[in-house]
Amino acid sequence: MSATSTANAPAFVAKTKGGRITDFVDQRVGGSGILREFGRKVFPDHWSFMFGEVALYSFVILLLSGTFLTFFFDPSMAETHYDGSYTPLKNVEMSVAYSSSLDISFDVRGGLFMRQVHHWAALLFVASVSVHMLRVFFTGAFRKPRELNWVVGGVLLILSMAAGFTGYSLPDDLLSGNGLRIIDGVIKSIPVIGTYISFFLFGGEFPGTVIISRLYMLHILLVPALILLMIVIHLFMVVVHKHTQYPGPGRNDGNVVGYPLGPVYAAKAGGFFFIVFGVIALMAAFFTINPIWNYGPYDPSPVSAGTQPDWYIGWVDGALRLMPGVIGDFHFEYVIFGQVLTLNVLLPALVPAGLVFTILFMYPWIERWITKDDREHHVLDRPRNAPTRTAIGMAGFTFYCVMWAAASSDLIATHFHVALNDVTYWLRALFFIGPVIAFIVTKRVALALQRKDREIALHGRETGRIVRLPHGEFIEVHAPLDDYKRYKLVGFESPVPLPAVPNEHGVVTRKEKRRAALSRWFFEDRVAPASPAELEAAHGHHGQHEAVESAEGQKTLSH
Amino acid sequence: MGNHSDGSPNHSGTVATAGQNEVEKFQDPGIPPHRLRLADTDPKAAKRAERQVAILFGSSVVGTVIFLVAYFAIDLGPDSTIATIRLQNALLGIGTAFAMLGIGTGIVHWAKALMPDHEVSEERHAIRTEEDRQAAVRIVDDIVEETGIKRRPLIRNTLLGAVALAPLPALAVFGDLGPRPDDKLAHTMWAPQEGKLKRLTRDPDGTPIKASDVTIGSAFHVIPEGLNELHEGKLNEKAKAVVLLMRLNPESLKPSAGREDWSYNGIVAYSKICTHVGCPVALYEQQTHHLLCPCHQSTFDLTQECKVIFGPASRPLPQLPIAVDAEGYLVATSDFKEPVGPSYWERDEHERNINS
Amino acid sequence: MKALSQKRRHPLAAIALLLMGLLLTGGLYAVATTVNEAKASTTSFSANDTEEGGKLFAANCATCHGMGASGTKDGPSLVGVGAAAVDFQVGTGRMPMQMNGPQAYKKPAQFNDEQTHQLSAYVASLGPGPSIPEEGLLDAQGNAAEGGELFRVNCAMCHNAAAAGGALTRGKFAPALADVSEKHIYEAMVTGPQNMPVFNDANVSPEGKRDIITFLKQIEANGSPGGADLGALGPVSEGLFVWIAGLGVIIAFTIWLTSRTS
Repeated sequence: MSATSTANAPAFVAKTKGGRITDFVDQRVGGSGILREFGRKVFPDHWSFMFGEVALYSFVILLLSGTFLTFFFDPSMAETHYDGSYTPLKNVEMSVAYSSSLDISFDVRGGLFMRQVHHWAALLFVASVSVHMLRVFFTGAFRKPRELNWVVGGVLLILSMAAGFTGYSLPDDLLSGNGLRIIDGVIKSIPVIGTYISFFLFGGEFPGTVIISRLYMLHILLVPALILLMIVIHLFMVVVHKHTQYPGPGRNDGNVVGYPLGPVYAAKAGGFFFIVFGVIALMAAFFTINPIWNYGPYDPSPVSAGTQPDWYIGWVDGALRLMPGVIGDFHFEYVIFGQVLTLNVLLPALVPAGLVFTILFMYPWIERWITKDDREHHVLDRPRNAPTRTAIGMAGFTFYCVMWAAASSDLIATHFHVALNDVTYWLRALFFIGPVIAFIVTKRVALALQRKDREIALHGRETGRIVRLPHGEFIEVHAPLDDYKRYKLVGFESPVPLPAVPNEHGVVTRKEKRRAALSRWFFEDRVAPASPAELEAAHGHHGQHEAVESAEGQKTLSH
Repeated sequence: MGNHSDGSPNHSGTVATAGQNEVEKFQDPGIPPHRLRLADTDPKAAKRAERQVAILFGSSVVGTVIFLVAYFAIDLGPDSTIATIRLQNALLGIGTAFAMLGIGTGIVHWAKALMPDHEVSEERHAIRTEEDRQAAVRIVDDIVEETGIKRRPLIRNTLLGAVALAPLPALAVFGDLGPRPDDKLAHTMWAPQEGKLKRLTRDPDGTPIKASDVTIGSAFHVIPEGLNELHEGKLNEKAKAVVLLMRLNPESLKPSAGREDWSYNGIVAYSKICTHVGCPVALYEQQTHHLLCPCHQSTFDLTQECKVIFGPASRPLPQLPIAVDAEGYLVATSDFKEPVGPSYWERDEHERNINS
Repeated sequence: MKALSQKRRHPLAAIALLLMGLLLTGGLYAVATTVNEAKASTTSFSANDTEEGGKLFAANCATCHGMGASGTKDGPSLVGVGAAAVDFQVGTGRMPMQMNGPQAYKKPAQFNDEQTHQLSAYVASLGPGPSIPEEGLLDAQGNAAEGGELFRVNCAMCHNAAAAGGALTRGKFAPALADVSEKHIYEAMVTGPQNMPVFNDANVSPEGKRDIITFLKQIEANGSPGGADLGALGPVSEGLFVWIAGLGVIIAFTIWLTSRTS
């Protein structure tokens, strides 16, 4: 059928040379169809939607600068004596990997710039992935139908940390070498197979002679390939789902409001790539990152004060620091049936990270189960309108930040002139009570903000103008909101707790009771959006001074 | 929260109960009316925006030129100093930043000021329609039917078995990633070789240390004699053998049973590798006699045989038994009596083997 | 008079006062340092120096260190610590201490060069100890690379690989080494002030100490080739920078990018 219709249609003949080439390609790949589908696709516009793009663009910049670096870097751990131009290391014994990293920094034109671009872009990459995930969490963008994309995002976060860590170790300097030493210690604490894994990873005893080239392969091939694969899946799903949007007038779960891809959105997104590149270039121009020449070559004997990993591994390092090895007389290193269980390493290395990632991956399903909400959500929640979720998020964030801060406990001590030990004691306490405080405070703040919204929706915005009424009363004039602004404040759902429901056999299961209890915990404290009837009543209730403002309101409405 | 469920919908700021969701809601007023920009109404403003965009693109060209000049004109030859590299790095960065930000901000400004900015609304479509689902189910049923896998369980089961086993070679092939650990972690270079005790030598130059060199309050970073002459596995050995040598007032040492002859005149040697995860515990405070690990802040008390007094480590640092040889040089009388460094699953077993 | 009292209430008065105070102390400090530089130190002590130093000691130090520097519960005995220890502690302002604490802080020197010299002479007379180093070892003309190796093995764990300082236990710390004079670096190594271990000449040879000083002075003079060094504190300051400045600038751009043009 389609064959006949093409045969009957008058053949299209392009007039220009460019047109002929485009037509040639189009007839073979069907670009017209793709353009028709996507050329005017609508994307909502909000600054907080851009972090995913920051991550994507940093990744592109990482690929570009990383490719340059591979042309000069040599991942060999063979011994050599440095003969480059940095005199404080002249003739020092070091590995070829470290020596070639120094050459990139001092003897390859633009090499230092590329190294700094690469490292700053890496820090920004993981940071933007993290902020993007925080945005998605706090606005509820992980809800149906986007649960799987949330999981892909979580995998990308882990992969980005893996990419960062494998890269951090490559220069084979003292700092990263001690980082590997810590990794080795953590691996050895794994019961039964830890020693074997360590020997397999390092090709024998630590440090061996192969770890850098193995990490190099992971860093430039395996991990980036996986990241690329995940990005493709991630973006494919974004196309399938279309983007979410913030609540507001004209926006609902059935539509998407924004700018068409071509030209506005494409121009902004394309231009933004150059902006991200420019910002990274500025950082690389003026701010040193990872000054490997300061640290010297890796050697198991020396160590530098302030030995920390890059920021994204910091929280795990911080957990290692917070864990006490001995409490009273109890030693966390523990001999059981003649074998050693190193709980003082194993617990902090696995438990907090395991907890954070398990909850992170499962959260969409946890909330779905509690709320029994199976509808698609394309309109986001403002964080204040989901107080319990926001509070959970802040509790998790605080938990992370306490460990994160612990990774710099020594610098906190020196820079604020407090005792190192006290910093650790405080952070140990905060590790447990910090998330609880954050939960309570955030929930109260969110509810208070909702009340403020409600107040504004019903009584208008405070103008700061004080008026004295004829009978002597002073009032502040409140300016009523227009319909659009008001809808932004009232157009949200406020679910109520769902009581336990009997199943098909008429039995309320224990699981269902638990769900109902969680649902109560989730939704019992709530501020309902203002309703038209309340607005009506509010106007009546305030009688006198409403007259003043409604007179003004009339004026604004009349033109 | 007492009044949260009083149900009065007119009381502002409080909360209504379940019925609330059915209470009438505000009508969605629709997308707000479009507001024209200056450039939409004033041709002068549009012209101005156009010029600004062109200037931004022009600044990108300037940036590219700066980059090229900095790359070719600045020589990193033998006379170059750190300041030269710093200058070149800064100029390359400024050049790139201008080149990129010029293009980026130019395009965005163009999009914001001159391209149409009408918000449009697009319908969302169902991600999966019921019709598609039924069609897919039919197709899958047909496929399953045509393979006949349900009717021929023999085929299914043997296939599952084969597929389950097939990845095993892919795992086994990594068996040569490293050697078996055996008891390599239990021994260090300090073990006397052919009856000859190893001298304690300075890190990094490898010169031997006399007991008289070690004055009270000093700390020596020590490697075993012969380490620097190793051609293979030097760092592996160093990673286990590094030692910190300190001298205290002999009265402040209270050696436990069996360790009385491990020190010499208040001179003691302890493994520098942290028993937590292996960083060098190199920070010696000569007045408090504390050893601090800079990585995770484990603190060991030298006067209590390096017992852990703070931080995540759980086990004391291993002590190296030392004595003085005929020429007055410090020597290790034996290897460590326990494996050094971070704990591992077989550690206790190894320690028992060493001491039996 | 009235005008003055009115001005005193001016909101900027406090700031002006603060500025004046800062200028005054800064100015005095500058004068004091130039005075110090003007007099070259000599290592020979005359009997007069020792006598004058004894008087200064009795008046300023004996409260804690005891008469005859034999030590009290507030301060250790100084018999045998040598002239180098006094020159370091007094010359860097650590002694006399402001108050008892985990560690003495560096502050403007309380005694001028001559008085420091006399105090050194007095303490040196009490018992043999490390003397003030010779000029030849302080010229920073040694081998920086070898000094760097020694520094990493013996010093970097406390002072940081780039000499930016680091934390010790219970409120103590190893200070940053930028702007410390060659002489004071040398003296610190030989005397082991406070909790720093002693690096006697058998441990790190005088030539090795010269190399370490060369290394420190060279990296200090070089600065960082990559631009501002962010305190040379490593990944923590880099992480803070990317979160605050890097993401901050990016967010500013995203807000501009998604805002409507007027």
